[in-house]
Amino acid sequence: MSVLEVNDLSIDLPPGGDRAQAVSRASFAVGRGEILCLVGESGSGKSVIAQGVMGLLPRTLPLAGGSIRLEGEELRGIGAARLRQLRATRMSMIFQEPMTALNPVMTCGEQIDEVLRFHSGLSAGDRERRILDIVSEVALPDPARIVASYPHQLSGGQRQRIMIAMALVLEPALLIADEPTTALDVTTQAQILGLILALQKKHGTGVLFITHDFGVVAEIAHRVAVLRLGELVEIGTRDEVLQRPRHEYTKMLIGSVPTLKPHGRPADPGAPIVLRTRRLSKTYVDRHWLAHAREVRAAEDVTLEVRRGQTLGIVGESGSGKSTVARCIVRLVDPTSGEIRLGGDEIATMGAAALRPLRRRVQIVFQDPYRSLNPRRTVGEAIIEGPLNYGVSRAEALERARKLMALVRMDGAALSRYPHQFSGGQRQRICIARALAMEPELLIADEAVSALDVSVQAQVLELLEEIRTRLNLAMLFITHDLRVAAQVCDQVAVMSKGRVVEYGPAEEIFLRPQHEYTRTLFEAAPGRHFAFGST
Amino acid sequence: MASARILQNWSVRIGASVIAAMVLVAVAAPWLGTVDPSLFDAGSRDLLPGQSGDITTLEGETLRHTFLMGSDSFGRDIYSRVIYGTRVSLVVGIATALLALAAGIVCGLGAGYLRWLDGVLMRFMDGVMAIPAILIAIALVALWRGSIFTVVVAIAIPEIPRVTRLVRSLVLTIREEPYVEAAIALGTPTWKIMFGHILPNCIAPLLVQGTFTCAFAILVEAILSFLGVGLPPDIPTWGNIMAEGRAQFVSFPHNVFFPGIFLAVTVLAVNILGDGLRDTLDPKMAKRV
Repeated sequence: MSVLEVNDLSIDLPPGGDRAQAVSRASFAVGRGEILCLVGESGSGKSVIAQGVMGLLPRTLPLAGGSIRLEGEELRGIGAARLRQLRATRMSMIFQEPMTALNPVMTCGEQIDEVLRFHSGLSAGDRERRILDIVSEVALPDPARIVASYPHQLSGGQRQRIMIAMALVLEPALLIADEPTTALDVTTQAQILGLILALQKKHGTGVLFITHDFGVVAEIAHRVAVLRLGELVEIGTRDEVLQRPRHEYTKMLIGSVPTLKPHGRPADPGAPIVLRTRRLSKTYVDRHWLAHAREVRAAEDVTLEVRRGQTLGIVGESGSGKSTVARCIVRLVDPTSGEIRLGGDEIATMGAAALRPLRRRVQIVFQDPYRSLNPRRTVGEAIIEGPLNYGVSRAEALERARKLMALVRMDGAALSRYPHQFSGGQRQRICIARALAMEPELLIADEAVSALDVSVQAQVLELLEEIRTRLNLAMLFITHDLRVAAQVCDQVAVMSKGRVVEYGPAEEIFLRPQHEYTRTLFEAAPGRHFAFGST
Repeated sequence: MASARILQNWSVRIGASVIAAMVLVAVAAPWLGTVDPSLFDAGSRDLLPGQSGDITTLEGETLRHTFLMGSDSFGRDIYSRVIYGTRVSLVVGIATALLALAAGIVCGLGAGYLRWLDGVLMRFMDGVMAIPAILIAIALVALWRGSIFTVVVAIAIPEIPRVTRLVRSLVLTIREEPYVEAAIALGTPTWKIMFGHILPNCIAPLLVQGTFTCAFAILVEAILSFLGVGLPPDIPTWGNIMAEGRAQFVSFPHNVFFPGIFLAVTVLAVNILGDGLRDTLDPKMAKRV
């Protein structure tokens, strides 16, 4: 018998949405000891299904039809009290953001204890033993200390382990994991995935694993269900879906996943150097007149070169200092020491007034397309702002904006609209157009495709590639995603803890990594051994 | 789109309609069956609401007049005084809100965006906030002598730190937004970033704050006038009328009752409007409705 059986499940969206139903007639089952991956792009309704199963749907999203059976028991229309009993004991859930899913004012031990206190008849002593057991089971070092710690004292990976401990402490039959590793670094992600696999095998838990990342799917799924705009388009075993996808949409999605192989495009080693940093360092000092100054070395001795028409990738995990380097180069922050040479000009220590004419030569595209455009300005205003600052006439700037819109494959009519009328991918195109309006020599893409769905990501990457060749731009591409780096970079610098640990041609780094950290990083890349079916 | 959503909110509709009615009353005061609010007649003292009596104009002409809200102990028409008092209250409320917002926006943008200014400016604002608002207002009006202008300034000054703090906190979050950083990279001058990028994104909470300041100012003006430290007694304001009626409150409660009702309704309407604006403009609050 299946742990979870979902039949013909439909969940309505509030009227006025982009479609009538968040989920329409979805049917799937999760067997005992099975991991079913629910894959889909943002807005496909995958999290809504999880909420529906847990009985956590907001009132605006009513269950419209179908049935949800947990170990044979119908959950639809069940009372709140029974539902509360089932949660934690028979089904439990872990979330994407372990910091907000844990209560910051309770110790981790108290939070696990809460589950036991309400759902088990164990005595205080037994509960304490059980908590220490489960904490060591999720491979946290020094369980006694961890149990007494508050969430902010733990790292993201440790917090997610606490969430898993909480979810599994009563040995539920079903575990729902909603993007549990999306907020984590790739090395931590590999550990957490390994942990979920091990525990699931040990306890025979059925897992409904929600993700957008096909690498993760390849890593842990037994079966895969593909969701598109609320409809289940394909369901099958992992190898069937990933290597022999039947539905067009699945084929397109899998075709969009970048490979880990470097592109192998030759790069001219004699191309002129556009940007060169030497021993660039940034130290943040947190000074308070009552306390000792705290120093954080965000970047140390970073020496890099970017040549015209080529792409340098900076790869690293969060906190490695890659964004700090970018922000120093754009001079959004002032470097503490070192040189930044842009063409013939040394800009690291230049004052604001002297810097102004040089600003147009370096432009940056940020990660979050929803916050990169001023919501109160039209797209046209955003694009012409830069040229207007440098004395270009309004008419000329608008003309340039229209040409750029065509270059980033958008309609010229978009210029008079506001950012909220566009999707994430479209906004990122607008941001690229805004940067290009300055006719820069160096374009910095700071995680510019990380927030995008894989199919949109592929389109934006293609666009960046086309722009780089057509305009012979130098590009600094910052990413945590090795697959993306492999696809676009000519050179790669791997950063860890503020330092560049390995730097060289992409081919060398990807095929023959020298530094231990680089190897760990590649080892951790999800789905690295898996050959995705070509379309 | 946003304006349509705002107008669908019932709090906004009710609050705005009442305020619009008040504005209409203030503008049309001379045509609403009123007489000059400073006229008095010794023969028509302490009339009850609805009673008729004589009133003498400045030209010495005696008119027959129905005292809709009665008359006070000088024989002045309370109805006319209350209606004309609406002008003072609305002008004081709106002018104070605008003044406090304008000054607070400049200080808040400065403190939030120019970090070297932050420490000094905010400690000064903390100092101003440490003194009760009414006390500052009383002291300032006493210093300058009462007129609409001085009353407005006196009420606005203690409100400035509140607006400054609000704007500063908004600026501190908005300045970290990537679109502001993009503007820096585009070479946009600092003042343009402050007023062109950051300020327009503060408007919604400022609008809400403005309504609360307006309501508070109307109330404080009435309090000052009631205490006799606001506008001079010859200008009819709701506070003045209530102050003069206070002595006879037990026998002739209408002297206090009618201006009190106007004051309460106006302040309530402005606050309701503010609540409605907050609910519709603040996306986080809007999601909960």
